[in-house]
Amino acid sequence: MTGAVIAQPSMAARLTGARVGRRRTVVDRSMRTIAMGAAFLCALPLAAVLFFVAANGLSALSLDLITKPPRALGIGGGAANAVVGTLQMVPLAALIAVPVGVLGAVYIAEFANSRSARVIRFCADVLVGMPSILIGVFVFTFLVLPFKQFNGFAGSVALAVIMIPVVMRTTEESLHLVPNSLREASLALGVPAWRTVLSVVLRTGLPGILTGSMLAIARAMGETAPLLFTALGSRVVNVGDFGRPMDSLPLFIYVNARQPVDALNQQAWGAAFLLLLIVLIINVAVRARSWGRRIG
Amino acid sequence: MTSATVTAAARFGRAASRVPDVVFRSGSGVLAWVAVGILGLLAALLVANSGQALAKFGISFLTGTTWDPIAGIYGALPFIIGTIASSFIAIVLATPIGLLTAIFLAELAPRRVAIPLTFTIELLAAIPSVVFGLWGVFVLGPFLSRTVEAWVVDTLGWIPIFAGPPFGVGLFTAGVILTLMILPTIVAISRDMITAVPDSQREAMLALGATRWEMITNAVLPYARSGIIGAVILGLGRALGETMAVTMVIGNRPQIPQSIFDSSQTIASQIATTFNEASIGLQTSALISLGLVLLVITMTLNVIARLLVWRVAGPQGTS
Amino acid sequence: MTNRASRLASLAFGAIVVIAGCTSPGATTGPTTGGQASGPPASGGMSQPQVPSGNVTLSGAGATFPALLYQVWIEKFGEAHSNVTVDYQAIGSGGGIKAITQQTVDFGASDAAMKDEEIAALPAGTKILHVPTALGAVVVIFNLAGADGSAIKKLNLDGDTIAGVFLGKITTWNDPAIAALNADVASNLPATPIKVIHRSDGSGTTNAFTTYLATVSSEWKDSVGAGKEVNWPTGDGAPGNDGVSGGVKTADGRIGYVELQYAVVSGLSSAAVKNANGKFVAGSSAGVTAAAEGAVDAFPDDFRAAPIINGPGDDTYPIAAYTYLLLYQDQTDATKGQALTAFLHWALTDGQSEEKAIGYAPLPAPIQQKALEELHRITTGGSPIWPM
Repeated sequence: MTGAVIAQPSMAARLTGARVGRRRTVVDRSMRTIAMGAAFLCALPLAAVLFFVAANGLSALSLDLITKPPRALGIGGGAANAVVGTLQMVPLAALIAVPVGVLGAVYIAEFANSRSARVIRFCADVLVGMPSILIGVFVFTFLVLPFKQFNGFAGSVALAVIMIPVVMRTTEESLHLVPNSLREASLALGVPAWRTVLSVVLRTGLPGILTGSMLAIARAMGETAPLLFTALGSRVVNVGDFGRPMDSLPLFIYVNARQPVDALNQQAWGAAFLLLLIVLIINVAVRARSWGRRIG
Repeated sequence: MTSATVTAAARFGRAASRVPDVVFRSGSGVLAWVAVGILGLLAALLVANSGQALAKFGISFLTGTTWDPIAGIYGALPFIIGTIASSFIAIVLATPIGLLTAIFLAELAPRRVAIPLTFTIELLAAIPSVVFGLWGVFVLGPFLSRTVEAWVVDTLGWIPIFAGPPFGVGLFTAGVILTLMILPTIVAISRDMITAVPDSQREAMLALGATRWEMITNAVLPYARSGIIGAVILGLGRALGETMAVTMVIGNRPQIPQSIFDSSQTIASQIATTFNEASIGLQTSALISLGLVLLVITMTLNVIARLLVWRVAGPQGTS
Repeated sequence: MTNRASRLASLAFGAIVVIAGCTSPGATTGPTTGGQASGPPASGGMSQPQVPSGNVTLSGAGATFPALLYQVWIEKFGEAHSNVTVDYQAIGSGGGIKAITQQTVDFGASDAAMKDEEIAALPAGTKILHVPTALGAVVVIFNLAGADGSAIKKLNLDGDTIAGVFLGKITTWNDPAIAALNADVASNLPATPIKVIHRSDGSGTTNAFTTYLATVSSEWKDSVGAGKEVNWPTGDGAPGNDGVSGGVKTADGRIGYVELQYAVVSGLSSAAVKNANGKFVAGSSAGVTAAAEGAVDAFPDDFRAAPIINGPGDDTYPIAAYTYLLLYQDQTDATKGQALTAFLHWALTDGQSEEKAIGYAPLPAPIQQKALEELHRITTGGSPIWPM
């Protein structure tokens, strides 16, 4: 790796000669242009998705969409079952995942010896890359089969399993940025380690922890696969009964995207608009903050 | 990413010895080990429940080409090929575009361009899979079948892997959607890897009179190479395990595809579409075995990728 | 265990309500709160089972074939009994059988009767009742623009041709086999490639359709066979009747098979299929009724009827099937058991009149009678919920 520069002895030789020089300039210019083209090409899909979701979704957006459950034969009705389900399952998932993720990260960053920290960090990284459908199978086995009911609680846990490693890793990174002098100062004042962590380290790392948690929430909100075998989906507005099936916006989109009725496809676009709106607002808000810091 | 040089070795190792500290420390330790526990349980679950199918078919489970619930014959090859082929298309498309983008963002673009562009690409990663799927079914699929697919089939259709007819559903559409889904990963990590290259590398090259592009290809990329490969592998891992968007556009056809425009089926998609109804016993066990195959593939790739990225950026690097 | 879990979950939810500050009326209550209605059932014959007075929610899952009918039933029944909520998820017949076997639902639904080995897979001591609720036709839907650009809305198909298409032997719409059956539109049949859409999940609709194909084509019988989930020689998979009709609808040249009502709601054309008497018959409620009437005597004592294929009669539609609700004979939750029995009784009596209008066929009177008698066998704690 370090030999990269040394490995170019011919370069000096190549740098002579005007004709060669012109060719080199052309290559340089054109490759830079191509790189720029690629970068703007990358931005295109976001615009395309946003455009079509907005174009199709806005016309489907109505009060009925968020206040009425699905009706028989796709006549009227809305996605209230999905909105209500998402608004329950995702917060419960966050309630489980954020404490586990944050305190787990505290352990890795502050207490663990380097070997166990490495093992935990590695497993968290593998979990981040875990196909979410397998998490659905996992939670189905432990929280659906024993309780003899597809249920919203299992859906929340499945989402939490997806969130935990994300929260853990982002929190850990932000804890590493907390200067050690703060810890030492606190300890020197006789504050016990646990209070130092809670009131000094976590407080200082709070912006990063919030960022990671909000991004994890946004990700969980859009997950479909882990809910297929756990929350199952429901056509009923289920308020508060986590022991029964629940719907969610992604499940609603998945089911209604395949319906043979235009009105239901429209509702899928409407739900996609709502989902994308929430997810993007969270992302923009959180990232704009950190971008602001990076620029400033 | 910045080098957080503090090793994770127990900052409060000695200080945390009083009872509340010990309680706090072990409490948080238990929660940290939850991640390990989940992974272990998940792996154990897959291994235990795949037993029936693997005992019956042995290694021929991996090479079997038939998935026939009536005859009770289950072979994983169509799904393995579908998974690898769709991800391969994505990697072929996303690697050059992603790498060029990362180069542009890290080395060429002025800040006022780079920052909003980076932001836009990060937002692409935030789009839920199912929304990509919806868009793929109603917009991208029909568009591709009329344009790219129709053109390729007309001009290159005599080559079997480009044979039509173009339906807008299948490996290619799935591959294009996966491309969009893994681009942000490849761009973000490659950019970090390029940024991590020390300036001395660049300065040495420029001092020799190299152009910007020569500096990039001769000094920056070789230095960041293993990290960039890691980024691509992480993208690959994501593509292999992606479920919903693929399920909605790949055609759910459990046969070995002959052309990139054929319908196909991935492992994750087969589990998603049939796990809730697969007969208890052999069929479910065969599905779990598919899950195990997927777990092994994605875990292996993740391990390789992490090691490569860590070589460049250190273990606290990109997550 | 379930109760404790849901109470725990409700507690957890309570915390969220406080945190999120959202206001929610207690629209649903846990399964236990309807307890006041779950006393011992009154002895002596009741003319019809009583609907419990507390709030009850029944969770069911299964077949997509009757889902459009069940959605209507659930709405109508809910209008009369607002305290009973029936939550039916259409996930496919295979899913319905699996869910009732793993006991993850209050009731299942399937339009393929459970096979012996599926009954054998039930947990020890569990008995499942098959209650037929309706019949439906499996129709062949297509989405086809003619050579002149106008949509082709009528096609005649016979068993050999349908089998040829689904075997992947007939690959374009202007194939001579199709043209021969459709002299009137033969010149307008385009060279468009045929794209088959079939089910990706375990399905009673597939069971009926492949049973038909195995009956009319020995090649199909030998190379593919009949069942809820088969190894398709060609085509793409889609989940549910909704997915198949949705898939066929998205692009020109596609063909699939669904319950009649899915063709109606999707606005897709379906083929007239040649029946046992050599007549081409479009799928209809009347055509299914004719098939069912002809097969009443063959209805088995254990209720597990095979699809009715190629029944006799000029007007008989050749691919029809019963659809069933699957219930635990012994209901562990008395209130739910009462609600389920009452719902089924309503479906088998008042509900039957809804069927014709939405593309299903009511049960023939003798079968309806048998089904109602079957409800007397539902018990809770060993005693019948609706005694004779």
